[in-house]
Amino acid sequence: MRILVVEDDRDVAGFVLKGLREAGHTVEHADNGRDGLFLAASENFDAIILDRMLPGGIDGLRLLETLRGQDNATPVLFLSALGQVDDRVKGLKAGGDDYLTKPFAFAELLARVEALTRRGKSDGPATRLQVGDLEMDLLSRSVRRGTQKIDLQPREFRLLEYLMRHAGQVVTRTMLLEGVWDYHFDPQTNVIDVHVSRLRQKVDKPFETSLLHTVRNAGYMLRAEDA
Amino acid sequence: MAWHGPASASGAPPVGDRGRGALFRSAGVRFALVYAGVFGVSAFVLAVALWYSTLGLLQHQVQNAIHSDSQTLLEQEALGGLPLLETDIHNRLTNESEPDGIYLLLSATGQILIGNLDHWPAGLTQDNVWYELPVTRQGVASVALLQVQALPGGMRLLVGRDVRARLELRNVLRAGLIWALSLMMALGILGALFIRSVFRRTIRNISATTGAIARGDISRRVPVSGVGDEFDELAMSINEMLDRIARLMDGVRHVSNAIAHDLRTPVTRARSRLEDAALHASTKEEMQAAIDRATQDLDGIVSVFEALLRISEIEAGSRRAAFAPINLAPVLLDLDELYRAVAEDKQIVLHTEITEPLPVLADRDLIQQAVVNLLDNALKFSESLTVINFSARITGNVVQITVADRGPGIAETDKVRATQRFFRAESARNTAGSGLGLALVVAVAQLHNGTLYLQDNHPGLRAIISIPVYKEDRQSKEQERTA
Repeated sequence: MRILVVEDDRDVAGFVLKGLREAGHTVEHADNGRDGLFLAASENFDAIILDRMLPGGIDGLRLLETLRGQDNATPVLFLSALGQVDDRVKGLKAGGDDYLTKPFAFAELLARVEALTRRGKSDGPATRLQVGDLEMDLLSRSVRRGTQKIDLQPREFRLLEYLMRHAGQVVTRTMLLEGVWDYHFDPQTNVIDVHVSRLRQKVDKPFETSLLHTVRNAGYMLRAEDA
Repeated sequence: MAWHGPASASGAPPVGDRGRGALFRSAGVRFALVYAGVFGVSAFVLAVALWYSTLGLLQHQVQNAIHSDSQTLLEQEALGGLPLLETDIHNRLTNESEPDGIYLLLSATGQILIGNLDHWPAGLTQDNVWYELPVTRQGVASVALLQVQALPGGMRLLVGRDVRARLELRNVLRAGLIWALSLMMALGILGALFIRSVFRRTIRNISATTGAIARGDISRRVPVSGVGDEFDELAMSINEMLDRIARLMDGVRHVSNAIAHDLRTPVTRARSRLEDAALHASTKEEMQAAIDRATQDLDGIVSVFEALLRISEIEAGSRRAAFAPINLAPVLLDLDELYRAVAEDKQIVLHTEITEPLPVLADRDLIQQAVVNLLDNALKFSESLTVINFSARITGNVVQITVADRGPGIAETDKVRATQRFFRAESARNTAGSGLGLALVVAVAQLHNGTLYLQDNHPGLRAIISIPVYKEDRQSKEQERTA
């Protein structure tokens, strides 16, 4: 994927660029708002990682508003030290697709950026999801693996749906908490782990191969063995 | 005297343009002038009304008397002709009962037949019209109200009343009213000065207090007179505001101290781990492990920071914009679902009782977070095979959300401090946590005009968030009224 990073802090930018390149992405960097806007408007990117407070007269919000004003729908993830609820709301209102507060774990950033680009592509009205031999029918709300039907509670169904929609990607605990439960805070207890392990009991335990993997220091990933 | 301000006390010294400008810029003087003006105008209107109504009434009475008198005389003339009329007039003139009566009967040729006027008054030309003219009565000049009636045969009958006495009465009345008016004006000015002094005194109290606070003495308060008037209300609301500011400042001070003390520990730990690794780590694995642990420590510090910022954000009240009327029941049931799995995992029984509906005016996210903190705490301090009661119901005018566990609870002596930032009970030293959970719950409860109660569950802790029930009818009506 081709990703634009607009970030003025040299250390943070270097860290992000290096990480993204290691993950196999092509990366461009701008260290001020004007250059960032020029790059974003003139070239095609799969995603933009955007700081809010930028030198050069154009801050992140202005940059994004200008971009959206030109009907440019490139997914944008805000990466900002402004972490209050209002800041977040402002960022999303301006057309941001996701909002991550500094300081951040790189795994979280990577997972969210990859989730963004996926969202951009597969927004079609899918009625079936499939990962390996696991199939989900979104209309009849039924799940089967191979020939065997799996009974899920409504919340488990949504959890699995989220994981399947992001199959092959790392999904962090915060992403699950936000995406499945719509909660925007960090519980101290391992609530997400408990729910994922329950889901694993139903989806993986009775079968030979496991689909739901734990990614150390990051989160979870649903992926077929051969993928 | 108390109300003698610098401007009124001096009186005579010339007041320059600047001085006069300053005087009229004073709100106290403006109010006083308005008061004096309103008082003066109303007194003047009252006097004028009194004047005209009294005089009008007197005039009316005299006219009535003259009218009925002349009617009677006309009837006498019709009954017995000129002789009876003359006798009647004569009787009236000799009778002392009507000393102010004026009569004059003129023949067709213009000669005076009978009457008590020396000559026909000049200017009296038309019949049946009221005149007020100077007359000469037995050589004495006077003023009279007069009316002429035409009689058959060209005779003219003049009937009137001497009104000199009434004119005197009018003068007396005028003098009285002018005196009264002057007195009222004086009273008005005194009242105005008094109002101004009250005004100045109160304002001076308030501005002295706010000035002292601006200079840094946050403990000062506006004195309350205890009368319970509007000034007291103002003083009390200012004091309330100052109390809140003081509380916030205390909070900030406390947080700064707490940050200094409590964040130093994990920062020190991370730092020494890194330094130790830099100096002593002999293998790549050791180095990696030290870096991982230090990163975890830093993450912990970051989460403490975030919790602190969140609490101050809530306490600052800026989140009130996100308030909406919601039913808490489904929100709490969602949390029950989220935590039921965790409880079961730890072999703890989560006993949930949530009644429908639970209408409140609230920020959904904040309530969720507060309840999550309580549930987190309860799970953290509960042994396996114990019960956590999670309930929510309406009690009177409040929604009570209760989380009760069977853990170690909070000692009576610690209860007051339990909700302060960074407080960790002795019994909780060995469990993970930042000591910010309950502080956040309190902040959320207070933002919702509610309270957090910490009670003994014998054994364990019973935490109750109590926030007012949202009454749709009343509040929407109030909104309509203000709109």
